Amino acid sequence: MSGLIFEKSKTGRRCSSLPDCGVDFYAVPDEFKRKTSMNLPEIAEVDLVRHYTNLSRRAYGVDNGFYPLGSCTMKYNPKINEDTAALKGFTNIHPLQDIKTIKGCLEAMDILSGYLCEITGMDAITLQPAAGAHGEFTGLSMIKAYLLDKGETQRSKLIVPDSAHGTNPASAAMADFDVINIPSTAEGMVDLAELEKAVGDDTAALMLTNPNTVGMFDKNIGKIAEIVHKAGGLLYYDGANMNAIMGITRPGDMGFDVMHINLHKTFSTPHGGGGPGSGPVACKAKLQPFLPKPVVKLDDGKYTFAEPEKSIGMVRSFYGNFLVCVRALAYIMSIGAEGIREASENAVLNANYMMEMLKGTYDVPFEGPCMHEFVLSLESLKKQTGITASDIAKGLVDKGIHPPTMYFPLIVHEALMLEPTETESRETLDSAITAFKEVYTIAFENPQALHDAPLSTPVGRPDETTAVRNPVLRFDFS
Amino acid sequence: MSYVPNTPAEREEMLLAMGKVCVEDLLVSIPQAVRLGRKLDIPAAKSEIQVMDELETMAEKNKVFKTCFRGAGAYRHFIPSVVRHLANRAEFVTAYTPYQAEMSQGVLQAIFEYQTMICEITGMDVSNAGVYDGAQAAAEAISMFKERKRLKAVVSGAVKPMTLEVIKTYCAAAGSELVIIPVKNGKTDIDALSAALDDTTACVYMEQPNFFGLVEDAEKIAGMTHSAGAKLIMGCYPTSLAVLKTPAEHGADAAVGEAQPLGLPLSFGGPYLGFMALMKADTRRLPGRIVGQTADKAGRTAYVLTLQAREQHIRREKACSSICSNEALCALTATIYCAAMGKEGLREVAEQCLAKAHYAAEQITSVKGFNFTHDGFFFNEFVTDCPVEPEALMAKLAENNMLGGLPFKEKDKNRILWCVTELNTKAEIYNLVNILKEAVK
Repeated sequence: MSGLIFEKSKTGRRCSSLPDCGVDFYAVPDEFKRKTSMNLPEIAEVDLVRHYTNLSRRAYGVDNGFYPLGSCTMKYNPKINEDTAALKGFTNIHPLQDIKTIKGCLEAMDILSGYLCEITGMDAITLQPAAGAHGEFTGLSMIKAYLLDKGETQRSKLIVPDSAHGTNPASAAMADFDVINIPSTAEGMVDLAELEKAVGDDTAALMLTNPNTVGMFDKNIGKIAEIVHKAGGLLYYDGANMNAIMGITRPGDMGFDVMHINLHKTFSTPHGGGGPGSGPVACKAKLQPFLPKPVVKLDDGKYTFAEPEKSIGMVRSFYGNFLVCVRALAYIMSIGAEGIREASENAVLNANYMMEMLKGTYDVPFEGPCMHEFVLSLESLKKQTGITASDIAKGLVDKGIHPPTMYFPLIVHEALMLEPTETESRETLDSAITAFKEVYTIAFENPQALHDAPLSTPVGRPDETTAVRNPVLRFDFS
Repeated sequence: MSYVPNTPAEREEMLLAMGKVCVEDLLVSIPQAVRLGRKLDIPAAKSEIQVMDELETMAEKNKVFKTCFRGAGAYRHFIPSVVRHLANRAEFVTAYTPYQAEMSQGVLQAIFEYQTMICEITGMDVSNAGVYDGAQAAAEAISMFKERKRLKAVVSGAVKPMTLEVIKTYCAAAGSELVIIPVKNGKTDIDALSAALDDTTACVYMEQPNFFGLVEDAEKIAGMTHSAGAKLIMGCYPTSLAVLKTPAEHGADAAVGEAQPLGLPLSFGGPYLGFMALMKADTRRLPGRIVGQTADKAGRTAYVLTLQAREQHIRREKACSSICSNEALCALTATIYCAAMGKEGLREVAEQCLAKAHYAAEQITSVKGFNFTHDGFFFNEFVTDCPVEPEALMAKLAENNMLGGLPFKEKDKNRILWCVTELNTKAEIYNLVNILKEAVK
């Protein structure tokens, strides 16, 4: 086990150095002075480099290998994106510089905004939200402000299918909506009868992912939109699954009024081990006045910032995760209109190929074709062998594959959700298919081996119960 | 440029293996009525050379200043080379949230180190793995402390304007009461604060130093807040805490702030990193990811995402927040920065900020009309009057490759919020002052 950086600290060692201050020391008045010690490490540069290099070897990214994590769109992150985001003319710009000195930043934001509106079929957009869940909160706040503005204060209910991502109901609660969960059909689709029952003059909106979280496109989308709109509600699109439909269909054309886009999923920006992402919110014209402020405006050939007249305010400082936006822009420019559609088509192709090849072995609860992802159910395997979705996942770790999303969506028991993405070759898919089948065989022949897995990693399964019962959340220097 | 490895011939083979002819056979569930039916109106694919060229051209349209005297929520500090080199390692950059602990020990351990460092810097007991930015951290902290009978948030008007904007948005969405305390001589009006506190107050939010750079009488505010049975949230500038009294020493219940000064470039405002830390008793109120230390079956130390029963994927609409990402790569960057600067290095940064800011303040205020607007101890930002047209002054400074302090209006009077960090030299301050002298002539 490589110890913590604190355990490598030696008094007096230094890494950084500053030039001499050049002006007189200024003493902090005693009443404002820090009295307690601050235990940051004292370490030489070489040891610092080795410590974090070794930690990076205990991490696993798309650059290491296959990462079919459902709903997360772990596609390859092109290197040119990183280089464009590292340009000094972007990284060294203070966010409060005069408008005349930030023309390039505003141009990048404006061009990206235009592309994203075209891809989503929406009229206006904000790049401010920092992540998908942040986008949900933003979009729902806009819905709330819109309804308030119309005087429809009784519209307090937000309808969410039981297959939805957990962030959907959580964001709805943050925007003070009452969440109405509706059950899905046996095929994983919105139950139209249940939806009809749920809507009324208290409906604020329906939140939906399409394709949904089982990877199927809800072909009743036109009818769904009609039911909600007829009742006076709006439609929110969770853009987590956008990678399936780009250039083929658009949320705006399906009847959605507002949505978020995950640049870190669909538009190839890296996930960074859990962010920074970016969750732009796009909307139809009627919601445009409620967008967060500021928005970029092209006025008489000059870029400027404007404040939408009924703006909900700001959802974070400044203009969003700008450098993530630059990466997404580089990606769209690189692959172009045809490449965008090609990406989605191949994401669908790769998912269907894997599903088809695994069908004879694993239970596929929803008959295909699927879109960009699909779900396996290990319920019967568990009954026969005692092997759970988690055990299969840990077996896959030993095969050098990042496991699929586990136990989601909640409507499928012992679910494994696979999203191979378009950037994987047939050989990669074939070897993963072989690995999935081998692990399945082990479940019958030597289930204990899977209970013990993984063995190839620096640690085995951590004791999560102890972690919760007796939380150790920081290093103890005493 | 295409990032799809499979050739058209291979795609056909794959389709054939499934008994399909074309991709369209897989898209049958998408009704024609909602199809786009045309090509996207986006330019055609470009080569890497073209993309780089276009984005370089865009970047060149921005002005990179050699010298910067502007802060106000985004700070230019020295970032050692080693920080970017390590944080750019592809295994970190291209990883997802560490759901599979066994293959993510590197990311998890780094977050555990980050949590420890935030605790050490703030003096608090527990930290989460990070949130979107400093302003959103403040807004999350306010909603974290709301209780059934205590829904009112009291916020100092002396906090950063953008933080206040974000707090307003979050409170408006949640439909909860927000009271803003007026500013008196550049600080929170203590009497007004006292009058606003009652048994419906959930928490008080203040910044230390505040937007005007002044250090507030936080102990007094903490005492008043606690007497009313409410919690004190303190927004802080992490660098300053190497020398200034910590939120814990002031008696705050939560410390939040913008961690951008810890190794993240200005980047036109993002990605940044919000930190959140509090006392042990409140641990389970914390939103966001938290990493804990445990062991595997063989007794080896292991790290996991923990206390997940608070989070959205378990509690859904009953969760304390919908946040799931933690700006992990920014947290990693801050961790490496803190390790690179080290205990002595970060203190030295803070001491130089303080010394140079006070030297610059003395020099600037010696110029006719650039008087201190407020009295009181400050860290590295301070406000002066501005006796000339601010726009013209800023233009003059820009001609000399300098980004001046932030101009703002206070009751129709022109003010400038100056910021000085360890990167500003004595020579730069000399040049600045000469231009100011020239301007008032």
